[in-house]
Amino acid sequence: MKDFKEKLSGRIFFVLALSSISVLALITVFILIKGTPLIAEVGLKDFIFGMTWAPGRGEFGIFPMIAGSVSVTFGAAVIGVPIGICCSIFLAEFAPAWLSKIFRPVIQLLAGIPSVVYGFWGMIFVVPLIRDYLGGPGLSILAGSIILAIMILPTVISISEVSILALPRQYKEGALALGMTHWQAIYSVVLPSAKSGIVASVVLGIGRAVGETMAVIMVLGNAVALPESILDPVRTLTTNIGIEMGYAEGAHEQALFATGIVLFVVIMIINGLAQYITRDKNKGRR
Amino acid sequence: MSEISEKSRLRTENLNLYYGSRHALKDITMEIPSRAITAIIGPSGCGKSSLLRVFNRMNDLIPEARVEGNVYLDKISVYGEETDAVALRKKVGMVFQKPNPFPMSIFDNVVIGPRRHGVKHRDELESIAENCLRRVALWEDVKDNLRQSALNLPLGTQQQLCIARTLAIEPEVILMDESCSALDPESTMRVEELMTELAQSYTIMIVTHSMEQAARVSDMSAFMMIDDEKIGRLVEYGTTEQIFSTPKDKRTEDYITGRYG
Ligand SMILES: Nc1ncnc2c1ncn2[C@@H]1O[C@H](COP(=O)(O)OP(=O)(O)O)[C@@H](O)[C@H]1O
Ligand SMILES: [Mg+2]
Repeated sequence: MKDFKEKLSGRIFFVLALSSISVLALITVFILIKGTPLIAEVGLKDFIFGMTWAPGRGEFGIFPMIAGSVSVTFGAAVIGVPIGICCSIFLAEFAPAWLSKIFRPVIQLLAGIPSVVYGFWGMIFVVPLIRDYLGGPGLSILAGSIILAIMILPTVISISEVSILALPRQYKEGALALGMTHWQAIYSVVLPSAKSGIVASVVLGIGRAVGETMAVIMVLGNAVALPESILDPVRTLTTNIGIEMGYAEGAHEQALFATGIVLFVVIMIINGLAQYITRDKNKGRR
Repeated sequence: MSEISEKSRLRTENLNLYYGSRHALKDITMEIPSRAITAIIGPSGCGKSSLLRVFNRMNDLIPEARVEGNVYLDKISVYGEETDAVALRKKVGMVFQKPNPFPMSIFDNVVIGPRRHGVKHRDELESIAENCLRRVALWEDVKDNLRQSALNLPLGTQQQLCIARTLAIEPEVILMDESCSALDPESTMRVEELMTELAQSYTIMIVTHSMEQAARVSDMSAFMMIDDEKIGRLVEYGTTEQIFSTPKDKRTEDYITGRYG
C-alpha cells in the first residue's frame, strides 16, 4: 500500500512537470506556426532590416522597433547597472546588519510592484520632467530607460549581492592581510572573484528590460521611426505587439507573431548567455 | 634570555582578548625574538589562532572582538591610537590555514600587494614576481605559465604561492596559522624548509597542531591551553629544546608526550 502511494505520487509529480513543459512547447510551436509563414513571405532579411512598418500596405519591416528595443535597453543598463552594482557592494560590504535587513525586503518589494504602476509613475512624473527641462515630447528613450533602470535594479542588486556574499571569506581576509584597505580589497579581489555572478545579474537584468512591455508602452511614445536622440519617442518589439495585437488580423497578425519569434530568440540568447556565464567552472578549485 | 629580548620584534604585555562576553585569551605576556621561528602549540580551541591574529590585527574584522593590554612591534604599539592597521599589515604578513590564492593568474597573485601599494612599472613588477617565486622555490616550475590561473595549481604549490605573495609586500614578520595542515607530507616538507630559510631574515610565528613540526622547525615554543574557566592561557614558553626535553609544567609534559589531546 505504502509502495503504491509512493509510486502514485511520483507519477503525479511527473505528469504535472510534464504538463508545464508541454504548455511551454505548445506556446513555442503555436508562435512558430503563426509567425514563420510571414517571415518566409517577406524574407528574413527584409523583415528584420526593413525600415517601414505599414501593415495596411503590407509592409512589415521591424528594424525601427529593434533599434527602439536596443536603445531603451542599453539606456536602462547604462543607468541601472552601475547603481545596482554599487548598491550590492554597499549591502554586502558596508551596510550594518540592521540596515541591510531593512534594505533587502524593500528591494524585493520593488520587484513585486506591477509594471503598470511603474509606467503610470513614469507617465505623470518622469515624462513631464523631461519635457519641461530637456525638451522634446517627454515620451522618449530617456524616459523608458529611467523606468526600466529602476525595474532591473532588484535583479542586479540581489544576484550581485548573493554572489559577493557567497565568496569564501579567505579571499577578503587574504587581501586585507596583504595590507590592502577595505576598498582596495573590494575592487582588486572581491569584485573580480564575484565577476561571473555580477555579469550574470546584468545579463538577466537586460533580459528583463528587453521583455518588459506595459511600463514602456506608457512612456515611450511608441512612434515607429528611427530615433535620432534619446529625447525621441520610439517603439520596442514588445510594445509593438502590445499595441497592435488587439485589432490585427491576417498578415498583420502573423507579422506580430513573427515579431514575437524575434523577441523569443533574443531572450533565449540572453538567458543562455547568463547560464553560460554562471556555469560551474570550479574544477580547478579545492 | 637577555640576548633574545635585545633583538625581540614582537612583544605582548598582559594581553587579554574577548569575543563579546567570551574571554578567549588571558594575561599573555611574551616576547617573540626576531630572525627565528616561534611555534604556538596546544589543543584545538585554546586560542592559538586568536593570539596570532592579534599581531596583524586580523581580529579587527570581528566586530565583537576586543583587546586589552599592550602589543608591540618594535617600538610601535600595535593597538595604539595612532597605529594604522592597514600599514601594520604591510609589516606583519599572514599565511592562512587553507591556501587562498585569488582567482586570478599566478603573476597577478604575487604582485597584487605591490601593485596596490604603488608599484606601477611592468618590469619592476616582473622582477618582484621572479624574486619572490624564486625565494619559495617555485620559479622554475611556474615561470612558463605565469598567466595561468592560480586555482589550477596543486594545493602545496598554492600555499607556496601564498607565501610568495606575502613576501612580495616585504613584511618584517610572517604569521603562519597551521599553514601545512591542508598539505601532503611532501609539500609540508617543502614549506618547512622554506620557513627555516625565511627565518634568517624574518620573524616567523607559526601555529601548528603537529608536535613533530614544532620540534623540527621552531627555535622557540609556546604551549597554550584553556584553564578551568575555558579561557586560553600561555602555560609555558621557552626554547623549543627546553620545552621538548625538560618541560617545567606538568601539563606541557602531558601534551608533548601525547597524554593529552
Ligand atoms: N569570531 C569568534 N567569535 C566568538 N568566539 C570565537 C571566535 N573565534 C574564536 N572564538 C573562540 O575563541 C576560542 C579560541 O579559538 P581559536 O583561536 O580559533 O583556537 P585554536 O586556533 O587554538 O583552535 C574558541 O573557544 C572559539 O570558540
Ligand atoms: Mg586555529
